[in-house]
Amino acid sequence: MKKLASTLPNMLLSLGVIGVVAGALLGGMYAITKDPIAKAEQNQLTASIAEVAPPFNNSPEEDKDTVSIDGKDFIVYPAMENGKLTGAAVLGYNMEGFSGEVAVLCGFDSVGNVIDYRVIRHAETPGLGAKMEEWFHDPTGARSIIGKNPSIESFYVTKDKDKQGSVDAITAATISSRAFLKIIREAFVAYRDYSADKGLNINELK
Amino acid sequence: MSEKLTISLSPHIHNGMSTRRIMWMVIASLVPALLVALWTFGIPALIITFICVGACLLTEWIITQFVMKRPITIFDGSAIITGILLAFNLPSILPWWMAVIGSVMAIGIGKMSFGGLGCNIWNPALVGRVFLLISFPAAMTTWPAGVGAGAEMIATTGASAAPLEALDGTSGATMLAMLKSHGPEALDPDYVGMMIGNMNGSLGEVGSFAILAGLLFLLCMRIVTWHIPVAVLGSAAFFSWVFGGNPILDLFAGGLILGACYMATDYVTSPMSKKGQLIFGIMIGFITIIIRRFGSYPEGVSFAILLMNSFTPLINRYCRPLPFGEKERRAMEKRKKAEEKLLTENK
Amino acid sequence: MDKSYWKIFWNGVIPGNPVFVLLLGICATLGTTSSAMNGLMMGIATAVVLVCSNIVVSLVKDFIPDKVRIPAYIVIIATFVSVLQLAISAWMPALNESLGIFIPLIVVNCILLGRAEAFAGKNNVTASFFDGLGCGVGFILALTLLGAVREFLGVGALFGAKIYPEDYGMLVFVLAPGAFIALGYLIAIVNKIRRV
Repeated sequence: MKKLASTLPNMLLSLGVIGVVAGALLGGMYAITKDPIAKAEQNQLTASIAEVAPPFNNSPEEDKDTVSIDGKDFIVYPAMENGKLTGAAVLGYNMEGFSGEVAVLCGFDSVGNVIDYRVIRHAETPGLGAKMEEWFHDPTGARSIIGKNPSIESFYVTKDKDKQGSVDAITAATISSRAFLKIIREAFVAYRDYSADKGLNINELK
Repeated sequence: MSEKLTISLSPHIHNGMSTRRIMWMVIASLVPALLVALWTFGIPALIITFICVGACLLTEWIITQFVMKRPITIFDGSAIITGILLAFNLPSILPWWMAVIGSVMAIGIGKMSFGGLGCNIWNPALVGRVFLLISFPAAMTTWPAGVGAGAEMIATTGASAAPLEALDGTSGATMLAMLKSHGPEALDPDYVGMMIGNMNGSLGEVGSFAILAGLLFLLCMRIVTWHIPVAVLGSAAFFSWVFGGNPILDLFAGGLILGACYMATDYVTSPMSKKGQLIFGIMIGFITIIIRRFGSYPEGVSFAILLMNSFTPLINRYCRPLPFGEKERRAMEKRKKAEEKLLTENK
Repeated sequence: MDKSYWKIFWNGVIPGNPVFVLLLGICATLGTTSSAMNGLMMGIATAVVLVCSNIVVSLVKDFIPDKVRIPAYIVIIATFVSVLQLAISAWMPALNESLGIFIPLIVVNCILLGRAEAFAGKNNVTASFFDGLGCGVGFILALTLLGAVREFLGVGALFGAKIYPEDYGMLVFVLAPGAFIALGYLIAIVNKIRRV
C-alpha cells in the first residue's frame, strides 16, 4: 500500500483522527482510574494515621482540626473510640531542617506519650539528616522517642545541656535532629491545646 | 657510538628538574604539616597517612600492571603525594577501610581512568575526598577534639597504636560547622591556637603555618609560582569581607590554606598561563566563600577546586600566552593604524 | 520462530542495546536506577510502552503523511504513557511514588521515538513487535543491572535483600554522581566484552 501523500487535508485528517482516538482512549482510562487514584491517595494518609495514632473508630480526616503554634498551622487528626478522644496524630512542620522544610506526622496517646511518627516530607542530606526516618525509632542509647512523653522527658538533643536534652542527635546531623525534635515538641503542644477542650488533661511540656 | 650522537631539538640545557625530583620535593615540603598533624592528633594521623599512601601505590601498581599493561609508574612519587594529600583531607579517626576506598577512588577513578599522570581532569586526592564525603558523610564530618589531644595521648598511652576508641567519645565540630549552625556570634575563635594547630579538623587543616612554610620552600625552589595560592587566599579573604564574614577566620579555619597551596597548584589540573592561574585562583576563593556562606556544606574548598579544575581547559583556551614577539608586533600594528588614521584625517 | 525475527529481537538486547551501546534514554536511566527494583520497574514500564507504540506505529504508518509523522508518533507514544501512568497511580501507588516524574518522562525517552522512526515506521507489525520487545528487554536488562550495581555498592542490598550492613555502603552510588560513575564503568566493561 502506498503512503498517503502529504497534502494539507490528508495531514489534518490523519492528525485529527489520531488525536480523537488518543483523546477517547485517555478519557476512557481517566474515567476508569479516577476512583482508584483518589482512593489510593486517601489510603496513604489514612494508613499513616492508623500507624501512628491509637486505635480509633471515627474518621480522623473528617474530624481534623487546625491548631496554630508560633504562626504555623498544625493539623490534628483526632483518634476517637466511641466518641471519646483516645489520642491523635499531629501533622507538624518547620523550616529549620538543614535543607529547609521537614514535616512529621506524630501520634500521641491519651496521656501524651509518643506512639510513633512518620516523616512525611524532608530534603535532608542522605546518610545524615535523612536518617531521621529510622534514627528516632532505634532503641540504641537514647535515640528512640517512641513511648516517651514530652511532658516527662526533655525533647531536646543531649548536646543542648541547658535544656537537659534527653534524646541523642543523629551523628553529624544535629541541626536536622533539632528541627525534628522541635516539630515533635510543638506537635505535642498543639495536641495538648486541642485535647484540653475535649476533656483530656495532659501535663505541660517540660 | 650511536648513543653519543642523539639528535634533539632545542633547548639543550637541562636544569636537572624531572617529574620525579619535583614530586619528591613536594613530598619533603609536606613533612612539617605532617608533624603538626602528628602533634595534634597523635599516632592515628600517622597510621591514616600510611594507609592512604600504601593504598594509592597499590592501586596504581595493580592498574598499570594488570589493567593497562604499561610500565610501572608508582616510583614517580605522584601517587605518594596523592596519598598524603588525601590523608590530609581526612579526619584522623576515620575507619581504615574508608581511607582505602578513598585511595582506590582517588587513583582509580580520579587518575588512572583518564590515562594516568598528566591526563586527569581533576585533582585525584580531592576526587577521593569528595567521594568519601558524599559516601560517608557522618564519618567524614566527625573529627576528634584536637587541642593537642594527640600529644597528650602519646604521653598517656605510651605511643601505642589503636587508640581510636579512646578518641571516639570526644568528637567535636569544626569552626566552620559551628559557624554554620550557630552563626558568627556564638564563636569565640582562638586565633593563635588556630594557627598553630589547636583546633578540630582534618589532618591538613590544622597546621596552617607548617603548610605555609612548605609553600615557601616550594616557592624558593621554583616548583610553584605565587599566582594561584595568592589569588585563592586573597579572593577568599576579599569575598569573605564582602559577605560580612570574618576574613581571618575564613582563611585559617578549614582546608583553604591546604587547598590553595597544594591542591589548587597541581600542575596537571591548573591553567598554564599566569593570567589563567589568577582567574583560576580568584574563582576558587569566590566559590569557596559562596559554599561556606550559602551552601549546605560547612566547607567548600574541595568542591571549589574540583569545579575550577573542570574549567581549566577552557581557561587555557582563552588565556593562551602570546608567542614570543607577538606583543611587540601587535603594538606596532596598533601604532601603524593610529598613524594611518592621523594621516587620513589630516588629508 | 522465524530466524530473522530472532535476529531483530537479539539486536535490541545486546549488539544494539539502547543504554550501553546507543546511549539513548540516559536521563531516565540515571534518574530511576537508585535500586535494582526501581530499575526493573522503570525498564518494564518503558518496554510496555515501546512494544505498544511500535505495533501501533507500524499499523498506522501508511495512513500518516510523511510530513506530520513525528507529531503523530509523539501523540501515539504520549497516549500510551498517559494510560500507563494512570494505571500505575491507580493500582500501584507505591511504584508511582518511587518512580515519580520519570513515568511521564517516558514520552520524551529517545528510545521510543528512535525505534518508531528508525524501525516501526518502515517495517511490518510482526517485525516491529520483535524490535520493540528486543529493545525493551535490552533496556530492562541495562536498567536492572545498573540499579543492582548501584544498590549493592550504595546500601549493600540487592532487590531490597541485605547483603552487608548499610553502614559500609558507599552512599554516593545512590545519588546522581554515582549514577554517572557506575554507568561509565558499565559501558566500558560492556564495550570490552563486546569486542572480545
